[in-house]
Amino acid sequence: MSTELTFADRLGACKARWGIGRMSFIVPPGLYAIGNPGPADQVVVTANYKMSYDIVRRALAGRNVWLLVLETYGINVWCAAGKGTFGTDELVRRIAASGLARVVNHRRLLLPILGAPGVSAHKVARRSGFNISYAAIRADDLPEYLDNGMVTTPDMRALTFTFYERLVLIPVELVLALKSIALGGFGIFLLFYISSTPMAGLTAFLAWFGASLTGNIVGPLLLPWLPGRSFAVKGAVVGVVWVVLFYLLAGGSGWNFWATVAAFLVLPAVSAFFTLNFTGCSPYTSRSGVKKEMAIALPSMGGAIVMGLLMLLASRFL
Amino acid sequence: MQGFRYLKSVATLKLDQAVCIGCGRCLEVCPHQVFSLTGRKAAITDLDACMECGACALNCPVKAIAVDSGVGCATGLINEWLQDRKLVKVGGGSCCS
Repeated sequence: MSTELTFADRLGACKARWGIGRMSFIVPPGLYAIGNPGPADQVVVTANYKMSYDIVRRALAGRNVWLLVLETYGINVWCAAGKGTFGTDELVRRIAASGLARVVNHRRLLLPILGAPGVSAHKVARRSGFNISYAAIRADDLPEYLDNGMVTTPDMRALTFTFYERLVLIPVELVLALKSIALGGFGIFLLFYISSTPMAGLTAFLAWFGASLTGNIVGPLLLPWLPGRSFAVKGAVVGVVWVVLFYLLAGGSGWNFWATVAAFLVLPAVSAFFTLNFTGCSPYTSRSGVKKEMAIALPSMGGAIVMGLLMLLASRFL
Repeated sequence: MQGFRYLKSVATLKLDQAVCIGCGRCLEVCPHQVFSLTGRKAAITDLDACMECGACALNCPVKAIAVDSGVGCATGLINEWLQDRKLVKVGGGSCCS
């Protein structure tokens, strides 16, 4: 197969990043040949999310390598390993179905390190006879790994979460959150429109919309530079910055006292919630950590929102 | 992981050194360099870096490692919580559902 990505491949990847046809961006599972591999050549294992498959085949351009693609239902290696579809059973099944043992004369498989949460190497060895080497985290390190006598350097095992790596995750998060942002915004617009003026409705909508985008975009982008370890705290911090900016831009000095206090309570909570959601995209948050954070953050956000609403209600009568 | 640290003292990772055979597989699969190998035994040297992915426990041939593993994802946990109470799921990615 080709190791060069065409315009269609790149367009497909771009669309998937925006959540368009993401769940059908797949390739059939099975054994593929990169270049012209023989029985002694290495076998690299990946997922059938087309973006994963494309990144691996591009990284291996100019080489002769077998590529064993597992059925992960179009999910990337890391997420599929977490679910177990990039897992021991599927790997053993795919080795048998592809007749790999007859194609190669060695018994070694090269797996991505982030596939390890789903694959038990010693069980695969017992059940299929193939020994697993966890090669590297990133497919881009495969050439160096292969050229250096298959040694994993500390760099190949170290995760990164760069500005760019965070940036490319944001569009799909935004698209997934768009429905709740739009519904919430519509509700808030109506509430203020009915209880006050159309202008108040618009202002409240913009305040909500900005707080949502701040939590979804600014929080994740500035992640390492924001104070605290908790994602919710980081989100609340950028949320406060947003309220201050909005207060200055939208003529906040004209708002009544209670509405101002309510804005400073509710909007950071909204940003905090969306930044907290980014834990799912980050490669370093633990389940216990997120649980602990949620146990404190969700009641606090709920409390802030309820108090803010009560203040708005009170301001109608005071 | 350089530049990123999550909450302290929460990870549930446990290593039974008496059972460990020092094969080094945990060092090979851990993307956060939580383990080190001294002598013929692995040791947990950076517990707070653990994201509880479970790779080490699953790949330990003598079951010396235990961890309450799973997704560290707020949407995933909210969905789990709702499903346990037989309520509807919140919208979100197919990844964490």
